[in-house]
Amino acid sequence: MFGKILKKLDEKLLKSEPRTGKLFAVAALFDKPDDIIHAAEKVTERGYKNYDVLTPYPLHGMDGAMKLKPSKIGWVAFIAGISGTTLAFLMMWWMSGIDYKIIFGGKPYFNLPPSIPIMFELTVLISAIVLVNSLILIYMKLPANANPLMDTEFIKRVTSDKFGIYIQADDPKFNVDEVRGLFQSLGSSSVSNINEAEYEKGDSKNPLLSLKFMGVVAGTCVVTVLVSYFVLQVLLFMPPFSWMHEQPKLLPQGKSNFFKDNWSMRRPVEGTVARGFIPYEFKGMPDSMVVPTPNPLPVTKKVLEVGKKRFDTYCSPCHGYFGKGDSRLRGQFPAPPSLHTEKVRNWKDANIYHVITNGQNVMPSYESSISRDDRWAIIHYIRVLQRSQNAPDSDLESK
Amino acid sequence: MDYIKKQLPNSLMKTGGIMLVFGVIILILSFVFTPERAFFDYLWIYLFMLSIGVGSLALVALEYLVGATWSTPFRRITEIFASATPLLIILAIPLFFGLHDLFHWTHTDAVQNDPVLLSKSSYLNVEFFTARTIFCLLLWTMFYFLIARNSEKQDVDGNPVYTKKNITLSTIFTPLFVISITIAAIDFAMSLEPHWYSTIFGVYYFSGTVIAALAATTYASVKLKEGGYLDSALGNDSFYSLGTLIFAFNIFWAYIAFSQFLLIWYADMPEETFWMINRWDGSWKFVSIALLFFHFIIPFLLQIDRSSKTNFKSLKIISIWMLAAHALDLYWLIFPTLFKGNAGFGWQELSFPLIVVGLIMVIFKVSAEKKNLMAVKDPKMQAGLDFHL
Ligand code: HEC
Repeated sequence: MFGKILKKLDEKLLKSEPRTGKLFAVAALFDKPDDIIHAAEKVTERGYKNYDVLTPYPLHGMDGAMKLKPSKIGWVAFIAGISGTTLAFLMMWWMSGIDYKIIFGGKPYFNLPPSIPIMFELTVLISAIVLVNSLILIYMKLPANANPLMDTEFIKRVTSDKFGIYIQADDPKFNVDEVRGLFQSLGSSSVSNINEAEYEKGDSKNPLLSLKFMGVVAGTCVVTVLVSYFVLQVLLFMPPFSWMHEQPKLLPQGKSNFFKDNWSMRRPVEGTVARGFIPYEFKGMPDSMVVPTPNPLPVTKKVLEVGKKRFDTYCSPCHGYFGKGDSRLRGQFPAPPSLHTEKVRNWKDANIYHVITNGQNVMPSYESSISRDDRWAIIHYIRVLQRSQNAPDSDLESK
Repeated sequence: MDYIKKQLPNSLMKTGGIMLVFGVIILILSFVFTPERAFFDYLWIYLFMLSIGVGSLALVALEYLVGATWSTPFRRITEIFASATPLLIILAIPLFFGLHDLFHWTHTDAVQNDPVLLSKSSYLNVEFFTARTIFCLLLWTMFYFLIARNSEKQDVDGNPVYTKKNITLSTIFTPLFVISITIAAIDFAMSLEPHWYSTIFGVYYFSGTVIAALAATTYASVKLKEGGYLDSALGNDSFYSLGTLIFAFNIFWAYIAFSQFLLIWYADMPEETFWMINRWDGSWKFVSIALLFFHFIIPFLLQIDRSSKTNFKSLKIISIWMLAAHALDLYWLIFPTLFKGNAGFGWQELSFPLIVVGLIMVIFKVSAEKKNLMAVKDPKMQAGLDFHL
């Protein structure tokens, strides 16, 4: 069903007018790989030069049958590949060594090792592109825009289930009847003449060379370039688009004429530690190595309110609003133990701080999401929760 | 097919034997004067023999696994090289007397005071090491005998059942081979520096072994073909695929070696970089650079042209070249542990080429004595001989 529709479409769209130009070649189809190899051998023997064989898949032994010398196309690939390697090397060297120097991981600006993957990729890319293009160039016989074989029954068959051979009319030994006879005697299942279309090959009617086509191509290029330039370089810098753009701040990795080295990013003054970036000295150590420091925050209403807010936001999904271990995650994450155990109640504040900062087993570290002060505030709040659940009798006595 | 079995010349045995004897004498002398160094030389020899033997076995299995036909005319030669595998069991025994000299992790007192080694001690301990070695050696030997026996039986009656059996065996062997060659690489080479690790190390060693095995097969095949020991129908085009495979695996080797280097270079972590730095200290730098050129860049350029893969002379050059390059690769893997700071090469190291070349010649001669040099009745043989580009 689908195939039929395709066939109809094919017939409608791809149907070419009968070719009226001069004879291009005589082509023959064969059914079996052995037949075509035999045919190629015979055609070579008869001394034909301008002929070619087309098969749906590569046949071993064809090179010998056609007496082909090793193809030179490998050298095209080699030269293209080497230029890709060189190009990538120069690109990496110029970008990271000259144009845009960034210190990365304390290494020199330009390094060979990370450039090698890029050099490798570009080698493959450039050689592939050049190869494909040169094959198109050879096969399409530019400046003609199509090989006369295109859209013939012959080419349709050799790209699916038959093995084809054709001898071109410009071969010095070519004679239509002789060639047809030869193919028939070799057992070909179908022999056909292939004519050129009128306009092909250097004809002024060649659509590729027509002024109209060239004009459209050139016009499209110019318009695309102009529009991209306008949008990216002009439009974005005009109001209202520029409103968000122009901000009195320096962007990371941006330029600033204020500083001598023209860099917007600065390094911290030597021997200083930035606010909020004070390293935690017991990072990654086991609990037992923590030297307890007292909670630096006073117990005030304000601190407790911050603590509650942070606890409810960051801790309660797992630990529950009252720290009872009643997770709201419905079993999607292991529920933690209660924070009211003897153990945690007797812990020093610094131990709880250690758990929040470092994480503990499956509980992740909250070092990067909760500031130091807020962590200490949370601890005060946990103490409040604990007191609320385990209030000593003395709390009942009025003061 | 017009193959008729001809015995290999006795000079093979004689030359090989003399080289072997001289090599062993040098090795014994170095055991007397520099015992530690002698064990490193011995490990070098052992790993090279392992590459040839087990690498060849893997190639044979590969042919059955993928159903290749072009390689069938050469398979028996690869099998003959694979016959070095059972010998590896005996060759392994002296290694066990040198564990203390070779492997730092065998020193229990040092391990006790070293948290890194302590954490690895459940893997790196002498009992488990011995068990793993025995496992690998028995595995390889068993599959060598199973596969080679089927292949030789087929010479008599040409029964395709043997091919089928070998396909099954190869299918089972391949995953086991992957595991066992990784174990061998980690145990024999990587654990020389027990603090260091690289997860790609097994693949790295594997790529080298395959190159060595391919090069050995190529060299022997070309030599035998030239000497008229192989079928006259065997054309140059069949050799093309051997050359191409060396070329391909060489690129694979470079790819793996570079992947290992790049990640270590990028992360720049002292627990990983020291291994590379050891290979960049003093004159080791030149060995490392030589490895790059000798193992990859020069052979790559030499082999890029198609004619180099069908021309017998250039095939011989490239296969000898790659065998030497693999020896250099192993030297580069093993010896920085012994020679800290500067590479060294003395009379002791001469035992390596003498023993390796001599031993391989002797093994080849002895093993080929009762076998055909081609799998004469293999059902794929005709297709292999007919192979044309
Ligand atoms: C993603 C869920 C989750 C979040 C969010 C969470 N925790 Fe935990 N927490 C756990 C789990 C699970 C454990 C038990 C870990 C273990 O097995 O040792 C735990 C353990 C603890 C312990 C130690 C309890 C003990 O008995 O050992 C403390 C204290 C603690 N968390 C405090 C907090 C604080 C404070 C917060 C908020 C900053 C918080 N947790 C956020 C899951 C969480």
